[in-house]
Amino acid sequence: MSKKTLIVIGNGMVGHHFLEQFVATPSASDYEIIVFGEEKQLAYDRVHLSEYFAGSTHADLAMGTADWYTEQGIQLRLNEAVTSLDRDQRTVTTPKGQYRYDELVLATGSYPFVPPIEGREHPHCFVYRTLEDLDAIRASAQSGKSGVVVGGGLLGLEAANALKSLGLQAHVVEFAPRLMPVQLDTDGGALLRHKIEELGVQVHTEKATTAIVEGVDARLRMNFSDDSHLETDLIVFSAGIRPQDALARSSGLEIGERGGIVVNDQCTTSDPHIHAIGECALWDQRIFGLVAPGYTMARTLASVLNGDAEAAFTGADMSTKLKLLGVDVGSIGDAHAQTPGARNIRFNDEQAGHYRRMVISEDGKTLLGAILVGDNSHYDTLLQYTLNDITLPDNPETLILPESQGGAPALGPDALPETASICSCHNVSKGDICGAIDAGCGDLGSVKAETKASTGCGGCTALLKNVVDSELEKRGVEVSKDLCEHFPYSRQELFHLVKVNGIRTFRTLISQHGKGHGCDICKPTVASILATCWNDHILATDHVPLQDTNDTFMANMQKNGTYSIVPRIPGGEITPDKLIVLGEVAKQYNLYTKITGGQRVDLFGATLSELPEIWEKLIAAGFETGHAYGKSLRTVKSCVGSTWCRYGVQDSVGMAILLENRYKGLRAPHKVKMAVSGCTRECAEAQSKDFGVIATENGWNLYVCGNGGMRPRHADLFATDLSDEELIRTIDRVIMFYVRTGDRLQRTSVWMENLEGGLDYLKQVVLEDSLGICAELDEHMDGIVDTYQCEWKTAVEDPEKRKRFREFVNAPEQKDPVQQWTTERDQRRPVLESA
Amino acid sequence: MKARTCWDAVCTVEDLVPESGIAVWTDDGPVAVFYLPHRLPALFAISHTDPFSGTNVLARGITGDLKGEPVVASPLYKQHFSLVTGQCLEDENVSVKTYPVLLDGDKIRLEVPIDQSESAVA
Ligand SMILES: Cc1cc2nc3c(=O)[nH]c(=O)nc-3n(C[C@H](O)[C@H](O)[C@H](O)COP(=O)(O)OP(=O)(O)OC[C@H]3O[C@@H](n4cnc5c(N)ncnc54)[C@H](O)[C@@H]3O)c2cc1C
Ligand code: HEM
Ligand code: SF4
Ligand code: SF4
Repeated sequence: MSKKTLIVIGNGMVGHHFLEQFVATPSASDYEIIVFGEEKQLAYDRVHLSEYFAGSTHADLAMGTADWYTEQGIQLRLNEAVTSLDRDQRTVTTPKGQYRYDELVLATGSYPFVPPIEGREHPHCFVYRTLEDLDAIRASAQSGKSGVVVGGGLLGLEAANALKSLGLQAHVVEFAPRLMPVQLDTDGGALLRHKIEELGVQVHTEKATTAIVEGVDARLRMNFSDDSHLETDLIVFSAGIRPQDALARSSGLEIGERGGIVVNDQCTTSDPHIHAIGECALWDQRIFGLVAPGYTMARTLASVLNGDAEAAFTGADMSTKLKLLGVDVGSIGDAHAQTPGARNIRFNDEQAGHYRRMVISEDGKTLLGAILVGDNSHYDTLLQYTLNDITLPDNPETLILPESQGGAPALGPDALPETASICSCHNVSKGDICGAIDAGCGDLGSVKAETKASTGCGGCTALLKNVVDSELEKRGVEVSKDLCEHFPYSRQELFHLVKVNGIRTFRTLISQHGKGHGCDICKPTVASILATCWNDHILATDHVPLQDTNDTFMANMQKNGTYSIVPRIPGGEITPDKLIVLGEVAKQYNLYTKITGGQRVDLFGATLSELPEIWEKLIAAGFETGHAYGKSLRTVKSCVGSTWCRYGVQDSVGMAILLENRYKGLRAPHKVKMAVSGCTRECAEAQSKDFGVIATENGWNLYVCGNGGMRPRHADLFATDLSDEELIRTIDRVIMFYVRTGDRLQRTSVWMENLEGGLDYLKQVVLEDSLGICAELDEHMDGIVDTYQCEWKTAVEDPEKRKRFREFVNAPEQKDPVQQWTTERDQRRPVLESA
Repeated sequence: MKARTCWDAVCTVEDLVPESGIAVWTDDGPVAVFYLPHRLPALFAISHTDPFSGTNVLARGITGDLKGEPVVASPLYKQHFSLVTGQCLEDENVSVKTYPVLLDGDKIRLEVPIDQSESAVA
């Protein structure tokens, strides 16, 4: 059977995304796919185009690889522009040949608009859209001193930054009275201008260029309508974009009044076999000059071509948040208060350089739009209000006031939209959870059973609990803060009871303060509290039965009942000899080997009885347990730092090793991750960690309470320019305070969001000792550091503890029959027959 | 007709871990034996195989009680199983096999079905 042919014109961001989506659908196998690209290179990330000047190559920016296209069986024809389109014959023509299609996708993007100014064809005049444009600008800049960008919009400012980075004196010439006229208002534009001029970029507003002529002191001279002029060596036009609709026009497809290929909700043009997506498409009279709406169109079209009758593009939000020349700028929804009756609330701190404006509906109930300059930390919260029509609080101004002046903290679970995905393993949205509650689920357990939320990898447990609690509370159900049916206390209260009464075993605690025999919720929680308070070995007889299997066997159980082993590699630094030992051990036990995200090595597939043998070998080679199984410090990731890196200003590896050795083994409400970067380039991604340390000329900046994972959160700057000693003491105190007051399975990020008073309160407690507990926190931490032991070392040396690691106590030779193996990419992996 | 069974000695008291489980191999496959010293009776035996994942791991779960019923939580996906009836508390259609268990001197004996006639009968 012969296949149909699908032709895609344009290999840009959206065209590429479309292919990725489409080849994943069943219908893809019905088509021969051919892609034409006018540019020489494979689709690349245009959004990050400017990074090309900072050293990124095409390969860094590329969206995929030529191999991927080959694997998918897609014919990729680069450097081959389509020159004409014959709709009757269903053919497209290029300089190299003619091709027939059954379905055609136009993803031709847009081209920069160059205003019709006399002299604009001068060889030192450029646009800013492709890698080739940037090559030409770079070449011209080599022999120049100054550069002008025509256009003070989003792209223009980015281009100005690029010129500056090429060593030119940069100017921005804008026709309108202010910068970013589309997104900003007068005050916002003025503040942005002020900040940008401070950075050495000169801004000229209300200037209309009339002609470009030969210069006297520089290569070119720009004449303005007010008779002034400006000399420069090169000019970059960034005066807006126009949809690339030439093929559609010449073949008689319906075109918008001001350009753009008209498409319906299915991204189909006036010809049912021709579709258009991305910046060339005009939907509901609108062109979307951002990549996200283009991607949404791409996904819609992939579903449409796969026969999904429901798929539809329904518009896209054009709110933007970006850093221009290092200045935060955000614009949300109806930023210009064009809705009838709209009212404004403005906050303008010229001292700090922060400007915020909220546009509010006539009845004061909803947020229509907002403008932010200088500080984008309010962006996410404001955007949620706008996107989800969340009713504003009675004093809406608190949303943009600094917290010190009564500002409201960020949104809690309440504010998440119904569509927000809570559990990604089982694709459960907040709406599904509300539905389950309305259908009668009255507690966390039944919501879990009904929706399956949090029964996959468990990463969403804490978020799910927050959502369920807040939803139940909203429905007037009293939410019990009790840990479980055995203890009428929260984790924090239990911690207090244990500490104050000197309780050292679970049995004592439950007989004095609880009831029954415990369960898999309270036992590990109490085990963690006992470990932080008294630091006994976790396999001490009283504690063994309390631990989760991962803690009991000090390894992470995998889906086939075997375990993975992660030795500690502090700071990610390892000698070749130790690396060889890891390899030898892995080989001897046939362990699947993988590098983790935390800069260490994970060895998978060890059986219970192999664990102590393997650890004996690892310990002999100088390894320690990595606590990858525990709710405790995982790794301290580091970049290579000043020892090798030409930008580094401090020894980040040394500091990472110091921190990792200090906090290893400490039990906490949840896992704790840290990282240290040797300079502001932040190669260790420290700001996504619970504790992030970034080197400065004068010491260290400390960031706290960030996390990656399902609900990422940037860490907050906590203290600056700390010495080594100050840094360690500060981290000691924050961790200890967290360990004492955090809830079960609460990461530092959620912990801080839920602390009354948030970051400022935490600063007062830790930096100003407002509760007078710092000495106690310090003492507690020192005690823990002093009593550290490698749990595995203690375990392999104790025959009693080793007894636990028998698969079948009465049959040492018996292999577990369900553990079956196969080989993939040269390593062993499990085969699991379903039960 | 009642299947033939035997009381198999599977391990000794020394092998047990208080408040927790161990696994033994029997003619009927892997079995988890739990020892909860604060209860009467204190010994429980259920299949070691987790019906949700098909793996042999139940002895490695955390024990406890829910509304008075002694249970173990599967270490993989955390469903609870009654140690008395083998019933899964989260899914009424799922249960695991249970075995009668007794203490004979310092030996732990399980009653397991047999199909070979030469096996010893207690
Ligand atoms: C410097 C810069 C910064 C940006 N920053 C952001 C940002 O921060 N956020 C954001 O959301 N967006 C940003 N954008 C916009 C974003 O890059 C675009 O929205 C996105 O690239 C549009 O994708 P597209 O596939 O529709 O068009 P394009 O990526 O332009 O791809 C179209 C491709 O089709 C090719 N083509 C055209 N005609 C033909 C033909 N006849 N035959 C063959 N090939 C043809 C073109 O050569 C081009 O390669 C930025 C753009 C630039 C230039
Ligand atoms: C049962 C669930 C999980 C298990 C068994 C697990 C196990 C692991 C292990 C063994 C590592 C290697 C750590 C190391 O090198 O110390 C790791 C790393 C990591 N895990 Fe998990 N994980 C689980 C769930 C999650 C979830 C839910 C998230 C996201 C919220 C997550 C995010 C990460 C990240 C980002 C790293 C890299 C660490 C770093 O760069 O610091 N993990 N995980
Ligand atoms: S390792 Fe983490 S992200 Fe990957 S499948 Fe497992 S739980 Fe999900
Ligand atoms: S963060 Fe700085 S010091 Fe560390 S590797 Fe990156 S550039 Fe170098």
